Amino acid sequence: MGESSVPMSKYETKSTTTNKEIANLKSRHLAEKAAFGLMWLGGIVTIAILAAVVGYVLLQGVKVIDLEFLTTAPQGGLSGEGGISTTIVTTIYLVLITIVIATPLGIGAAIYLVEYAGEEKGIVPKLVSIARFGVETLAGVPSIIFGLFGYTFFVTALKFGFSLLSAGLAGACLILPVIIRTTEEALQTVPRSYREGSLALGATKWQTIKNVVLPAALPGIITGIILSVGRVVSETAVFYVTLGGSYRMPKSIMSGGRTMALHLYYLAMDTMAFDKAMGTGAILVISIILINIVINYLSRRLTAGLKGV
Amino acid sequence: METRRVIDNTIKYLLLLTTLVSLLIVALIFIFTLREGLPAFQEIGLKTFLLGEVWRPGQEQYGILAMVAGSILVTIGAIILGVPLAVGGAIFLAEIAPDSMQTIVRPAIQLLAGIPSVVYGLFGMVIIVPLVRELKVPGNTGFGLLSASIVLAVMILPTIASIAEDAIRAVPRSYKEGSLALGATHWQTITGVILPAARSGIIAAIILGIGRALGETMAMIMVIGNSVVMPSPLNNNPLTLFMRQARTLTGNIAVEISYATGVHESALFATGVVLFILIMLVNSSARFLMRERANS
Repeated sequence: MGESSVPMSKYETKSTTTNKEIANLKSRHLAEKAAFGLMWLGGIVTIAILAAVVGYVLLQGVKVIDLEFLTTAPQGGLSGEGGISTTIVTTIYLVLITIVIATPLGIGAAIYLVEYAGEEKGIVPKLVSIARFGVETLAGVPSIIFGLFGYTFFVTALKFGFSLLSAGLAGACLILPVIIRTTEEALQTVPRSYREGSLALGATKWQTIKNVVLPAALPGIITGIILSVGRVVSETAVFYVTLGGSYRMPKSIMSGGRTMALHLYYLAMDTMAFDKAMGTGAILVISIILINIVINYLSRRLTAGLKGV
Repeated sequence: METRRVIDNTIKYLLLLTTLVSLLIVALIFIFTLREGLPAFQEIGLKTFLLGEVWRPGQEQYGILAMVAGSILVTIGAIILGVPLAVGGAIFLAEIAPDSMQTIVRPAIQLLAGIPSVVYGLFGMVIIVPLVRELKVPGNTGFGLLSASIVLAVMILPTIASIAEDAIRAVPRSYKEGSLALGATHWQTITGVILPAARSGIIAAIILGIGRALGETMAMIMVIGNSVVMPSPLNNNPLTLFMRQARTLTGNIAVEISYATGVHESALFATGVVLFILIMLVNSSARFLMRERANS
């Protein structure tokens, strides 16, 4: 073994590192610096992509947005005259309908799967595992298939026609797995001691769930609901074939209409009004940013609340 | 006391019912899509439908091979462009990024995931397509597989990155610490120990990204050009294949469903069945891989 070329103080013992080993370490460090540089590039490129898409849409869209844009109805035609008032209303109605339909079903299913399913005997556990398989499958179905299903089942077979009802039902099918999954997770993070304490005090199982477990899991559940709201606002394919294309103000749950996302699509494909499309897109992006902020705030409260236990 | 017990039991069965609703919906989707699509399979024949290169409903010709090719090619393009960036980003977030970068990059990925697909499509139409048109090859309109691959890569980036990051974070610290203790650099540890350990999770992330890519509809319609002819290279260079306009299976359904009737409509549902089965296979393999990892 050769001697180290590094000078030593009298307190150090003789190092036995060879020059070859020093060179090896240096080359490994160099490789690491290069690789880390690439990884940093990856992280920065991701931010750059987001900035490009969001930034461009917002910048172009804001030019078009004013009070008139938001409060006038679209007039149709090749140049896409008018604003987006009816689409905003349709989007809000649709969100309300899908949430109202999907939330009770989703939370109920999650409660059963987390709180009751473990204790049953006989045929029920088999039903439950098939049901779980159903939820997982549903989560993987592409949105256009939900659209086709909505078209053939709600629009045609049940004769609801192109309406907020058909679209709401189809949309509820779409977000049901999301609500079930997030509610399940929220329920599972509630400590067992909560349930056991309540039962020890003489409450029944349902009383425990209603008064102790659900309130504790509430932030997580609300996160799931808001996530679904974001999904409904962004979705297009499902509603494309169940809402019809009308840009008029919906008069009832049986009226058709256009969501903002659909309106953007029609503007981009059928008219030359790319500026209005950008405007609609900007409103959509701002909505999603707000929704994300709310979700992040709630998630932080959820973990903080548990830490305080 | 007795009333409380009765209420408890009733509620339990009510909740069981809500759980079965999901199962009911899946069954209904399966039944109704199949019911609408069956006439097409019967009249056109499975082989002609799946392998036919010509899609001309006006002349009773229903072959979806061109659309299958469109979907697969655009997915391959998106994977080639998106996976290095996504996995690199995942490694960055899990191992390399300081806290300051984490608070920027992670919400950025979350936001990318939530942006509506039509907004990506619009951005693609207005920015990406003109950029691709700059490639001066005769026949290149800007619309086509390349633009669609770029847009799709951005759309599946968050999916792959977040699941891959979870997989990397799940590798036990002892692996990393052992490797570092043996004298390996951080990067050697990442490539030699952590990534192999997280391999099945990362592959699952990529497969889920593939599933997402196959299911995307509206953004694809907006940038891919919607040609129903089998994609082929523009000139001698095989890479120009990606400058060809094409149509995806999803786009086929969405574009024609509004005016299709009879066998045509049934053929679109049959396309849906094919798509459904394809994505089911993809997602099942991903789930299988993730469960394998959880059990090992």
